Amino acid sequence: MGRYLIRRTLFLILVLFIVSIITFIVFVKMPAQDPAIRAAGRSPTPELIATIRAKFGLDQPIYVQFSRFARGLVPWPGIFLDEDVYFSYTNHVAVKEEIYSRVPVTATLALGAAVAWLAIGLPIGIVSAIKPRSLFDRAGMVFALIGVSAPVFWLGLLALYVFWFKLQWLPGSGIPPDENMVQAVMAGRFILPWFVLALSFAAFYSRMVRGNLIETMSEDYIRTARAKGISENRVIFKHGLRAALTPVVTMLGLDIGILLGGAVITETVFNLPGLGQYAVRSLLNSDFPAIMGVTIFAALFICVANLFVDVAYAFLDPRVRYT
Amino acid sequence: MSVQVNERDGQLQTEPTRDRELLVRLRGVRKLFPITRGILFQKRVGSVHAVDGVDLDIYKGETLGLVGETGCGKSTLARVLMRLYDASEGSIEFEGRDVTGIGGRELRALRRDMQMIFQDPYASLNPRKTVGSIIGTPFRLHRTVPRNKIKSEVQQLMELVGLNPEHYNRYPHEFSGGQRQRIGVARALALRPKLILCDEPVSALDVSIQAQVLNLLEDLQEEFNLTYLFIAHDLSVVKHVSDRVAVMYLGKIVEMAVGSTLYLNPKHPYSGALLSAVPIADPDLAAARKRIILEGDVPSPIDPPSGCRFHPRCPNAQFPKCSEEEPELLPHHPGQVAACHFPLEDRAIIETPAKG
Amino acid sequence: MTVPLLEVRDLKVRFPTEDGVVKAVDGVSFSIEPGETLGVVGESGSGKSVSFLTIMGLTRSRTAIIEGEVLFKGEDLLRMTNDDIQEVRGSQISMIFQDPMTSLHPFYRVGVQISESIRTHQKVSKQEGMEQAVEMLHRVGIPRPEERARQYPHEFSGGMRQRAMIAMALSLNPDLLIADEPTTALDVTVQAQILDLLARLKQEFNASIVIITHDLGVVAEHCDQIQVMYAGKIVESGNRHDVYYDSHHPYTWGLLSSIPRMDEGAVGERLKPIKGLPPSLIFLPPGCAFHPRCPHRFDRCEREVPALIPSDGHHASACHLSLADKERIFKEQVMARS
Repeated sequence: MGRYLIRRTLFLILVLFIVSIITFIVFVKMPAQDPAIRAAGRSPTPELIATIRAKFGLDQPIYVQFSRFARGLVPWPGIFLDEDVYFSYTNHVAVKEEIYSRVPVTATLALGAAVAWLAIGLPIGIVSAIKPRSLFDRAGMVFALIGVSAPVFWLGLLALYVFWFKLQWLPGSGIPPDENMVQAVMAGRFILPWFVLALSFAAFYSRMVRGNLIETMSEDYIRTARAKGISENRVIFKHGLRAALTPVVTMLGLDIGILLGGAVITETVFNLPGLGQYAVRSLLNSDFPAIMGVTIFAALFICVANLFVDVAYAFLDPRVRYT
Repeated sequence: MSVQVNERDGQLQTEPTRDRELLVRLRGVRKLFPITRGILFQKRVGSVHAVDGVDLDIYKGETLGLVGETGCGKSTLARVLMRLYDASEGSIEFEGRDVTGIGGRELRALRRDMQMIFQDPYASLNPRKTVGSIIGTPFRLHRTVPRNKIKSEVQQLMELVGLNPEHYNRYPHEFSGGQRQRIGVARALALRPKLILCDEPVSALDVSIQAQVLNLLEDLQEEFNLTYLFIAHDLSVVKHVSDRVAVMYLGKIVEMAVGSTLYLNPKHPYSGALLSAVPIADPDLAAARKRIILEGDVPSPIDPPSGCRFHPRCPNAQFPKCSEEEPELLPHHPGQVAACHFPLEDRAIIETPAKG
Repeated sequence: MTVPLLEVRDLKVRFPTEDGVVKAVDGVSFSIEPGETLGVVGESGSGKSVSFLTIMGLTRSRTAIIEGEVLFKGEDLLRMTNDDIQEVRGSQISMIFQDPMTSLHPFYRVGVQISESIRTHQKVSKQEGMEQAVEMLHRVGIPRPEERARQYPHEFSGGMRQRAMIAMALSLNPDLLIADEPTTALDVTVQAQILDLLARLKQEFNASIVIITHDLGVVAEHCDQIQVMYAGKIVESGNRHDVYYDSHHPYTWGLLSSIPRMDEGAVGERLKPIKGLPPSLIFLPPGCAFHPRCPHRFDRCEREVPALIPSDGHHASACHLSLADKERIFKEQVMARS
């Protein structure tokens, strides 16, 4: 197991390194215009451009430039997304600061949605699997179809229209700057975003759980469990689900990892000051240090999520342990 | 009854093989699969000794049976012979030519002469292709038959193996297990090969269907002068179809003999154990057998025991000889060789010959 | 007069499918005495496995139509509630299956799975359950059972897994153990070990055993009573001597003639397979289900379904041929092989 972990961690470092190379090439080197000018924002003075050139090391060999940018990848306080390079001249603030202030929002959104989609998707999937082709199963299928087809922005706007505008049950979009996350959650600002984000995932997960569980329940070891005289409930939950949910855990880890990098559309629709919204704004402003920063940050999350998921899988499935 | 015993090229000859031409010759064949470990760079820490030094001659027109349990290497040996795997060591000669390392066009030409029938009739046929297409593929690949004649050739083959030629356009799942196996036979037969390797061809079939397919294989052998290497774990099936039988254990041949000799007078304790374990559909005969019950499980070929590989499980083993010295294949009865320091007595397993 | 342990009366199991109704089991009646080993022989589609799965209440299909009676110690298993039959399963009647790799849960340790069997039926702590599991592993001949109990199924070899399954099945000292093709997936030498183990344990635990198999050889050595099944019915039943040396059904003759023989004189002789293919269980032939493949059929066979009629004591066959004809044909055709 230890060997496996070391190998996966080394692999993670390799992936991050490649990510840094690609972002460097795409954002710094490929565009025609001088990176310093692009980074300098709206109305750059020649002194500013010169300062930026120095900080980016543009007059130095390419590997020096690259190392300036790549340094920002190392997740160590002081080095991570260091301010010399990752500074948003458009907004006059370090990219790092912006990201850190926005992470709680995105995290609250992602994790809350995950709880919601599991709470909705798992039971629907399980019951559909236990009673295949029943009315419930078919209704679940319709639900899944809707959830997967309905675009998040449409659902979001619809939800806002119904629950905020018409019924006035829930607050509208945005979080006032003086509220922290706990207050925001208590004020119900996350309820609609959670629901909207969760819906499509719930639909997908319900089908996945259904499929896995149906397949698991036809395995020989389920027959053995029944032959031992175990109650049907225990057969389903202790024997069936234990095997059927293992791939779900994998998916969950990956999905959360991706969302933590920014649930772009949901945050935009509900005007939540998270990473996704930041990414969109930075793109629209052509604020490329910010874009790079967000990209790297998201990549880090996804890679770490991947690692967690692999390790978790090895814990859950004893056959996998020593690969 | 005395039988002339000659030695030819290091292998004993008997009635079944004496006047026949040599078709295949394996010498010192080894196949090792590496086991690797490591963090970044995989280091080879050991090997699976799937086939570990096999000398074998196969004569034209005979059926050579190869029998053994899991891990003995019989399937691997067949695949090495078919050049589906490359031998790690040793030589393979086909009709006098060295084919151990050939590739490309030469190898493809060899495939016309050597074909294989597989065990699982459900897995060995592509479910997305029609039967006609499956059987016709060899013709297309080797271009031995003009395109417009392929269908009629295929239908002839189908008839030959007992299938209805009108089912040309059906898919494998529309056939029963026995019929699918016939499809496999037809496909193997298409190019009129000289040698067919049958890897457990009837193990997955019902008893009454097994007999049909075995009869079919015998008929085809006569009609097309085929040579078979017949691999199975069922000793009674192997004995029925084979002229000679080789018993494999952990990558080596431990005994080889004519079927009836093997049954009457097995010399290697492992052959004896196999014979005493084979279920016999005859209660009195079964009860009359002497039992050699082996302890433990079939071992893994990763770390073969020293000396004689069978010594940890052998009821006859004597130390230190058996754990230090590897026995050679030595002659016993006419046409029989066995590799054992302390071979079994005659009639070790079967007391009475036939039912009175 | 002993009361049979298990008495099956006219069991019928049918599965409605898109193509028609599959008559998997078509009127099966038999009984098992305490301490008996019954061999049930048949090829695929004969109904041998479905019969016993139904007896255990393990047929998965919700739409299965089940008729008849299955009396176990006097009570009808088919009419029990779910709770009651779950009581019986595992503790009074146990079943082991063909492929021990897939029959054990891959994610739980072997000792835990055996312990679960015990704790389902007895109020016993986890600790005690584990101890009993280790004891059972020891009794089935697994070396170092404490270590092994903590391992996962994929760490066991095929033979050991089957031993573990047997340990699990016998852990509550059931009266009846049903073994569905217990050795088919195993190597020959391991097969012999497992069958010997079953014979020994049968004595120790004083249980009756049913061995379901397609292998006439397995049954020859280990079973007192034998049933031959074809197309959902029992076509012959009797003891070892009856079935192998005096059988009275053309299907049994066909099976015996189509097996390669192990004795000397049999090399090179041609096998006599049974012509044709097993029938569709949806569209069974009229009359005797075997008649299309039977070389001895006559017109009564196409019209009337033969009943399983005893010729003497426990030897019964379902065939319209006269007893004299049966004995004659058997001597001529089957015995003549040796």
